[in-house]
Amino acid sequence: MTHPRTLLDKLWSAHEILRREDGTSILWVDRHLVHEGSHHAFGKLAARGAKVTAPELTFAVVDHYAPTRNRDQIADPQISHMIDTLRKNAAQHGLRLFDLMDPAQGIVHVIGPEQGLTLPGLLINCGDSHTSTHGAFGAMAFGIGATEVAHVLATQTIWQKKPQSMRITVEGSLGPGVSAKDIALNWIARLGTGGAQGCAIEYAGNAVRDLSMEGRMTLCNLSIEGGARLGMVAPDEVTFAYLKGRPYAPKGDDWEAALADWANLRSDDGAKFDREVTLHGDDIAPTVTWGTSPEQALPVTENIPDPATLDPGKADAARAALDYMGLPIGRPLDGIQVDQVFVGSCTNGRIEDLRAAAAVMAGRKAKVPGMVSPGSAQVKAQAEQEGLDRIFTEAGLDWVAAGCSMCVGMNGDLVAPGKRCASSTNRNFRGRQGPGARTHLMSPAMVAAAAVTGTITDVRPLLHGRSV
Amino acid sequence: MAGWSTHSGRAIALPLHNVDTDQLIPARFMSASRSEGYGKFLLHDMRFDADGAEIADFPLNRHEGASVLVAGRNFGSGSSREAAVYALVDAGITAVIAPNFGDIFASNAVNNGLLPARLPEHEVTQLIDSLADQSAAVLIDLRAGELRIGDQGYAFELDDSWRTKLINGWDDIDLTLNHEDQIQTFKDQRFQTTRWAWPAAQDQEPPSRRAQ
Repeated sequence: MTHPRTLLDKLWSAHEILRREDGTSILWVDRHLVHEGSHHAFGKLAARGAKVTAPELTFAVVDHYAPTRNRDQIADPQISHMIDTLRKNAAQHGLRLFDLMDPAQGIVHVIGPEQGLTLPGLLINCGDSHTSTHGAFGAMAFGIGATEVAHVLATQTIWQKKPQSMRITVEGSLGPGVSAKDIALNWIARLGTGGAQGCAIEYAGNAVRDLSMEGRMTLCNLSIEGGARLGMVAPDEVTFAYLKGRPYAPKGDDWEAALADWANLRSDDGAKFDREVTLHGDDIAPTVTWGTSPEQALPVTENIPDPATLDPGKADAARAALDYMGLPIGRPLDGIQVDQVFVGSCTNGRIEDLRAAAAVMAGRKAKVPGMVSPGSAQVKAQAEQEGLDRIFTEAGLDWVAAGCSMCVGMNGDLVAPGKRCASSTNRNFRGRQGPGARTHLMSPAMVAAAAVTGTITDVRPLLHGRSV
Repeated sequence: MAGWSTHSGRAIALPLHNVDTDQLIPARFMSASRSEGYGKFLLHDMRFDADGAEIADFPLNRHEGASVLVAGRNFGSGSSREAAVYALVDAGITAVIAPNFGDIFASNAVNNGLLPARLPEHEVTQLIDSLADQSAAVLIDLRAGELRIGDQGYAFELDDSWRTKLINGWDDIDLTLNHEDQIQTFKDQRFQTTRWAWPAAQDQEPPSRRAQ
């Protein structure tokens, strides 16, 4: 009888070309996604006179610098330059480019799955830490730096040491108004931003199985915020139904062969994980961050903690965070006034996220300004078909084009110094949304609740009598 | 990248946890060309106030010529931006000493000759306390895995393959190309047995882009 293996074991051995004596392996890369920020890597390639070795497996996307308004006349020359550089590199190396005006343009981690480029059983790399998103399909997907991007471009392989395996099991079920975002902020608050360092996480349990692909992507996306190398969910019928018929997904006999292979992509019964963590979905409340690290998160029903009561190693960081955030100790999270809201990003910019926000906003007015940036042009089109755009605009929010937008601000969508933003994004780091910006991370439904009340507030009472 | 095995310089404390890559280099500077030098962007929004004036008591402003930073937990967490490492390297930093590092940051560091040295948290705390707002002479010996700050010696942790890479200054692409035949064989086999792993052909694409 063979030894029971984890999903990680199976994916790793399927991609390992060789292993050096020091334990480092060369792995085959099935998909490589590049964006404007990959310019350093293309520069390194040019410096060696090398070419992209597998252009058919390399896809380029305009997202980080994509303007969300007036795309036909970009005012900022630096932004035009970044986008033009990607265009030039994609043309020179014969890469499929999802350009600004492409109907399939969007954030790299939204369009990969949407286009069927992301599949179970693949190894996927991208020069972006949120590449862990693609693990929602049972792929091994992780972010890499520019030197490694150049390496993948030149060789279609990557040197890696096998991470430790960690399983996070979420038992039970999530209550109304509670989402994958809340699961993620919960485990990160519990284990810390370095809590899963060196680990590949497999998410399991009923509450994970019950998630849509969108929810699984949110969960895997945030793996990096807990320090994990990657996050994964074993593929199942939900995965296959999502992928069937997508543009780059296998067709005909290839689809049948893929389904047969994918059926095996799960951890065997009795497989041993290096670490196991269990959460209970029923215990999870809508959660928000109060500080400048994703681990500084609490249920919205709680009060701002007193740093003196925290683990001594975390007290100084908490004091500095509260100072930056301009928040007093002991204040209830519920009721903190916000200046603006943002719905979007690779974490929560998919159709289900927009539906969740719209369900709260329908028939209500926003008390603060805000922006909704769909994760892709296709998500935008779908939302418009469903009339979600009108719900947002009638409430008073701006409905703009797809890109990374205000999550990272590279395209000029910034939160002004000292302003407080309720945001469906992934990082509340100091200055992430702009110098001096104060970010509170939460789910799209919670952002919508913040918009209609002008404060951080529990979304659940606002959902009474509404279908979500 | 040039390899190195010993370093002699000045160490200072950066007594902060979770110094993330967004702080190491704010996103707005990342469209700059590397040839401009990234040193001036390092920890920009902590070193300079909103008007661009230097904040005098920030450690990096107090001590010019520091080459080693001693910092708190989870240094370099966050994004994969290698620019965070460029900012450190271009500012003259050769090593960062911390209890632990963001995974992607650490491998980016090694790819650029920057040592991410791990010490137990209590030793880092002690070092930060003893350095306070002063700088101290530091000696690092990569082969021995030891460093000395002032009159105190420490054994640091570093993955063996990273140690070798820092010492040799090897380029991974050159190393990998030595295995070109094995890679080609793997690719051919995968294409035979796992055809579905290649993107389905798109009608509008020229045949030259299809898999071989």
